[in-house]
Amino acid sequence: MSETTAARDTVDRIRAKLEGPNTYGNSKLFWVGFAVVVAAFAAFPLTTDPYTVLQSSRYLAFAFLGLSLCFIWGYAGVLSFGQVAFFGVAAYTFGIIGINFGSATGVTAAFIGAVLVGTLFAAVLGYFMFYGGVRDVYVTIITLVVALVLNTFLAQTAGSEWAVGDARLGGFNGMTGIPDFTLGFGQTAFVFEATTFYYALLVMLVATYLGLRVLVNSNFGMTMVAIREDESRTATFGYNVPFVKLVVFTIGGALAAAGGVFYAAWGNFIDPTVFGIAFAALPVIWVSVGGRESLIGAIGATFLIERLRTDLSGGIGPLAPEWAQVVVGGLLLAVIMFMPAGVVPELDKRIKQQIAKRTGQSPSPTAAEEAGD
Amino acid sequence: MIPATVLPSQVYSLIAFLFQFLDSFGFIVLATVGLAIIFGMMGVINLAHGEFILIGVYGTALPFHAGVPLPLAMVMGVVVTVVFGVIVERTIVHRFYDRLLDSMVATWGLALIISQLLLIIFGSSLDSISTPMGNVGYGPFTSSIYRGIFLPGIALLVLAGLYVLFTRTEFGIKARATIEDPETARAMGIDTDRMYVSTFAIGSGLAGLTGALYAPALGSITPGRGSTFLIEAFVAVVVGGPSVIVGTLSASGLLSVFNATGSFFFGTFVGQMMMLVVAIVALRALPDGITGYVKQWRQRRRAEQ
Repeated sequence: MSETTAARDTVDRIRAKLEGPNTYGNSKLFWVGFAVVVAAFAAFPLTTDPYTVLQSSRYLAFAFLGLSLCFIWGYAGVLSFGQVAFFGVAAYTFGIIGINFGSATGVTAAFIGAVLVGTLFAAVLGYFMFYGGVRDVYVTIITLVVALVLNTFLAQTAGSEWAVGDARLGGFNGMTGIPDFTLGFGQTAFVFEATTFYYALLVMLVATYLGLRVLVNSNFGMTMVAIREDESRTATFGYNVPFVKLVVFTIGGALAAAGGVFYAAWGNFIDPTVFGIAFAALPVIWVSVGGRESLIGAIGATFLIERLRTDLSGGIGPLAPEWAQVVVGGLLLAVIMFMPAGVVPELDKRIKQQIAKRTGQSPSPTAAEEAGD
Repeated sequence: MIPATVLPSQVYSLIAFLFQFLDSFGFIVLATVGLAIIFGMMGVINLAHGEFILIGVYGTALPFHAGVPLPLAMVMGVVVTVVFGVIVERTIVHRFYDRLLDSMVATWGLALIISQLLLIIFGSSLDSISTPMGNVGYGPFTSSIYRGIFLPGIALLVLAGLYVLFTRTEFGIKARATIEDPETARAMGIDTDRMYVSTFAIGSGLAGLTGALYAPALGSITPGRGSTFLIEAFVAVVVGGPSVIVGTLSASGLLSVFNATGSFFFGTFVGQMMMLVVAIVALRALPDGITGYVKQWRQRRRAEQ
């Protein structure tokens, strides 16, 4: 008997860290559903062909990029259109180090180095913006311009003088021969490719999601949300707003950078289109559609929209592949116009209203929220 | 009078640099002004601005290739863009006047749709239009009269016209009143809805004008050319700050000096990079842009007196 109470205590303690007002899905039902979905993802490679598994690995890599924007926009109100800059810089760095030092140790160092470079880049840019007092739409524009300039820069690196050691940047054609994702030191090495890469990404994504939930429900997360809601009032309470924003932006940069490394390792390839305006729009689309204040929504929308894009790129019915961008752009426009909070918050509201109606409580939002908890 | 043949080469270089500066200045002003009007007057950043310009380009190029004379084709390009802008304002943008970040996201969705539809309908490129007015040659250099003299001249005329429109006409005063305080403006009998549409239409018209003017100066016309204008326009709006005309003028002047210097000595790519570095440094020092700083400085002086 006492063993089960002890176990229940542990579960309650863990749940207390994971749950709070800043995340959707704070009920037993959610966690059961979450476990089922993760199990389904784990079983997925057994039920399908290697090509689909490979495609799904790409969605998993993109989910890190989606989470990075969701974290900074949804929780701190910093809208960046340039998360792809950190994604791409890390991808290129991974390629440069990985191609020059092809050993297991080298590629492991390339992973760490690339994430560090992407993170540092975000920190420097964030320092200039937040300590310079740059706010709101200006942050959004500057981040987008940074990405677009990197696009212009890398597009003109076709010549052989644009090489770092053995790694040629390759201009429009991109950088080829980037190694697979490898962890190891000296003789012990594990190369993640195909199915093992899928599992590695799945484990890291679940860990990242849970870690971010803990973070946004911590005191730091409360400060982030306070800044999102009212920046000047939060500053009046004595919080160092530029510092908090810088930390948030840097963490976001690190997440995007990790996604970039996984993406480069996935295709063994990276090209300047990751800095282009069409690719830069994707994280914004995923997060807007999924719900900017919902981490799980960002991941889910990343998967569904990327799946949709993959399907459309083969053409569906009368729709030729070129229509994919029109459909995705239209989806973004429609969600912003008719469901501004995004799909997950909308669903959450509906479900709570249903529960409230059934239990006979008043359907006012505060009562519904308490019922949900 | 020294005969042109014996002028020292430094003079030729100086003239060439001046042309480069004027070319760059005209481009930045024209790329920016439509975006700046909509941002400065309504607070909305139109991320589809590059695509609005592109509609002006296509609206000019298509009639031109069908045999319409270039000046008339340019007028058609502007008209098409204005009509399109009004439709977009009425159906989409007017919902977002109190949700600025959302307006950026929404117009981005619109931008993706427009550029892709242009690709689907008109194919991957239109034939280029040859630049009118010819070139002027001096020493080892040649410069395009159209890009180096005509377009910068138009850019200055546009700014002057906007200054007159927004400060000297009844429309301008009503429009500014609407932006300052919509409630009071409505109470004074101003149709604020109409003011928003008109301001957005003017911004769209200026984007269309830019597209029309650059249709013969772009080389190949592709659905991706919208982003050519976007970087310069964004940077200039951010550096210029809230005041539309003075901001656009001062930011364009500052940025084109650096852009021209970089382009002249090291090529266009370095020119663009130099412009960006200047923009980032300027923002670190003046987070509200040049005109934001001037405004603060004036207020401080007034407070001291």
